[in-house]
Amino acid sequence: MNNKIILRVENVSKSFGGIKAVSGVSFELNRGEIMGVIGPNGSGKTTLNNLITGFIKKDGGKVWFNGTDITNWPEHKIADAGLTRTFQVMRPYPTLPVYKNLIPPLYSARARRSVGGKQGDRKARAIDLLEEVGFERDAQVPYKLAGSLPLGYLKRLELCRCLALRPELIVCDEIFSGLSASEIASMLPLMEKLRDHGITLIMVEHRLRELFRIANKVIVLNFGEKIAEDEPKHIFSNEKVHQAYFGGEVTYVSEDNGLFASDQ
Amino acid sequence: MDLIIYGLINSVSLVLSSIGFALAYGVSRVPNFAHGSLYVLTGYMTWLFLNQYKMPYIFAILLSLAIAGLVGSILYRYILIRVRGMPISEIIASFGIGMAILEMLRWAGLRGGTYMLPPFIRGSIDVAAVPVDYQRIIILIAGAAVVGFLWVFTHYTKTGLSLRGIAQNERAALTLGIDSDKAATVALGFGSALAGLAGVLMFPLGNITVQSGYEVLIFAIAVSVCGGLGSWGGAILASFLIGFAQIITVTYIASHYHFVVALLTIVIILILKPSGLFGRQKELEERV
Amino acid sequence: MQDKRKERIDRGVKVRSDTIYAISSMKEIMYLIGPRMGLVLFLLALPLVLPIYWQKVVSITAVYALLAVSFGFLSSYVGLVNLGGALFVGVGGYISGLLNSAYGLPLYISIPAATLLGALFCTLVLLPCLPLRGIYFAIVSFVYPLAAVRIISATGAFGGTDGIAGLDMIGSGYGSQYFIIVTLLLVTFGVSRLVSAEDIGLIFRGVKDNEQAIKASGLNLTMYKAVAVFIGALIGSFAGAWLAHLYGWVGMSLMATDFSILPLAATVVGGTSTIYGPLVGTLLLVPISEALRDFGTLRIVFYSVAMVFFVVFWTEGLLIYIKRKYEQFERWVRV
Repeated sequence: MNNKIILRVENVSKSFGGIKAVSGVSFELNRGEIMGVIGPNGSGKTTLNNLITGFIKKDGGKVWFNGTDITNWPEHKIADAGLTRTFQVMRPYPTLPVYKNLIPPLYSARARRSVGGKQGDRKARAIDLLEEVGFERDAQVPYKLAGSLPLGYLKRLELCRCLALRPELIVCDEIFSGLSASEIASMLPLMEKLRDHGITLIMVEHRLRELFRIANKVIVLNFGEKIAEDEPKHIFSNEKVHQAYFGGEVTYVSEDNGLFASDQ
Repeated sequence: MDLIIYGLINSVSLVLSSIGFALAYGVSRVPNFAHGSLYVLTGYMTWLFLNQYKMPYIFAILLSLAIAGLVGSILYRYILIRVRGMPISEIIASFGIGMAILEMLRWAGLRGGTYMLPPFIRGSIDVAAVPVDYQRIIILIAGAAVVGFLWVFTHYTKTGLSLRGIAQNERAALTLGIDSDKAATVALGFGSALAGLAGVLMFPLGNITVQSGYEVLIFAIAVSVCGGLGSWGGAILASFLIGFAQIITVTYIASHYHFVVALLTIVIILILKPSGLFGRQKELEERV
Repeated sequence: MQDKRKERIDRGVKVRSDTIYAISSMKEIMYLIGPRMGLVLFLLALPLVLPIYWQKVVSITAVYALLAVSFGFLSSYVGLVNLGGALFVGVGGYISGLLNSAYGLPLYISIPAATLLGALFCTLVLLPCLPLRGIYFAIVSFVYPLAAVRIISATGAFGGTDGIAGLDMIGSGYGSQYFIIVTLLLVTFGVSRLVSAEDIGLIFRGVKDNEQAIKASGLNLTMYKAVAVFIGALIGSFAGAWLAHLYGWVGMSLMATDFSILPLAATVVGGTSTIYGPLVGTLLLVPISEALRDFGTLRIVFYSVAMVFFVVFWTEGLLIYIKRKYEQFERWVRV
């Protein structure tokens, strides 16, 4: 198997009752890339995310991570292999200091291989990690209660929880949603920094404009099926994609503003 | 042939004893663990009215059923309403009340063979060469009647429709102006009266015992879990499944296992398929 | 009419956070450790001051307190509401009884062995139920001891309805009383250290509040739940084994609903926010319940009603209430 490919998803399907949430989705992802997953609401993005990370059992299909078949692995084992994820709904320990939120992931076997087993090591590592994603150490933010953090910091904390594992691939579930344009603007360099550190990212997103700035490629889901896979700048030239997003015939595609106006 | 007839009767008894619990849970999402105590309480009250106050049988029954319904409503209106939405507290509170009622009855002397209700009609009849007493026939008829009545009630009356609305989607029902607390009060009252009805129908087959209160609760839980918590149709199907399973085990293994079947059903169903055999809830909901 | 409101002011020694105190004098140290020492001394003094009959009650209270600590640990810190504490008691009791009567092991071997084996057994039988949460786990755990009782009576295993009699007895002298009291204190202290530990305690909290994040952190959720159940079952099985030798007899009544519900009631009454809540609740409920034993099942009515009252109308529980009174001034001020 090609060492360049970090994740290979083949024909993955899942239905809930009669509804096909995801059907026959396949793609390959190269190491060190950022891949966007987009699609209208209810198109199966989050389900796909859950299927890859093992949080939902697959009806069919296979997933390879680093050349290993992880199709039927439990969630924690997948995370232990280096494929982890963020959640849309974040539930930190609200009554604990921020850094303590990172103790459980730092306690995991994968993290301990790199951090070491002592409690003090974990605390130091937690604070380092928080600084890496933009928590100001001087302002004592790591010691504030997690429940008092604004949304932007919570998202970073969520990302930090993944980074604690020293992952190779992070699946980000709508990490930009609910953030203001300026908050996202400050997140973008962070995502690029992660990529430069060799972490591959899958980003399930609604915020297309920002996503397209950093993504290497994008796949588009509609009604659980993959309808397109391309570079961001070409994706909307695809007629199916245009139809899924805007409905009707393709009449005119503006180069920049017109296209994403609906997304604001 | 015995198997079919006894299985049928046993299944209908299960329907009767559990439908009240399933109904109340379906509408209010309050697991009424006082269910079994209302079953016994109604039987005891009927006995009391019949023997101490010398009321006519039918009047004694109706009065006890009314009281049972009232107790259920009050239980919700003044106690359970405060812990609504916290399932564990609901269980603890309702089970505590049920246990207090049952143990109070036990303390008041409810034991031994004195406490018996007479059958509605004495005697028995041969059905396909199997003798079946009239009381059991009445249970069959009553079970069918209750199910039929509930169906009509929830499909054609305004109260019934609002109960169904709450059961299916509480928030949507709220926006339509259905008072969810009122519906829950009605449902718990109704469920308790149904528990009582099961009591007065089935106690004539044996003694009124405190223990049967706990057993009926377990039966109701078994049936509801097996049918999928909150699904009334599922509860009825599950009653038949468990009912026949019980009769088959009792016939081929030993009569001690009657109760064990219900208990093991709960464990096995919850382990294998927590949403129940006929539940509409997604598997994810109770695990996530 | 003059409007008033109640004002609450923290005493100087208490800082904003719940677990951090600023201490500057011996007096303040005493102020903090006073109540804790008081509880310990109270428990240690019990055997000395109580009349003979009540000395057995000390043992029974301690057994219930152990069960309450086990329940409180599992429900408040790991999110597993175990309504089947009787299973732990029964399994521990039966194993110890069997080891003692069938294999002739003396009780200082049979009790520890039963503690370990019982915990192992309970963890194994509860293992398939661990993915369940909330009410579903509560129901299934409630059913286990009931099913066990029925199976034992139906099959006649382990002496059937008669149980196993003639076990070695633990005397009710000072030795045994102090042993159980010290064990209780150590267990309570150990559990409270465990749940406030910065690694495993945090993971248990995550298991309770945020399963998803635990799984995504590469931690095996089921394994941590199993570890928690094992710890809870260790405590429960020990209590059961102790009880078996206290009575010199094991039987189906060791799996009575009492052992599941009374600890629950004690936890609710004492409060769930610290592990000392269940302990305080037990110290209050069990003696009253034992005093009511002459009135038959009225004692069950008593603790059921107490449980309902606290769970519905006074959810914080006694300990938090007392703590608040102790740490804060209260006064009425004009608005």
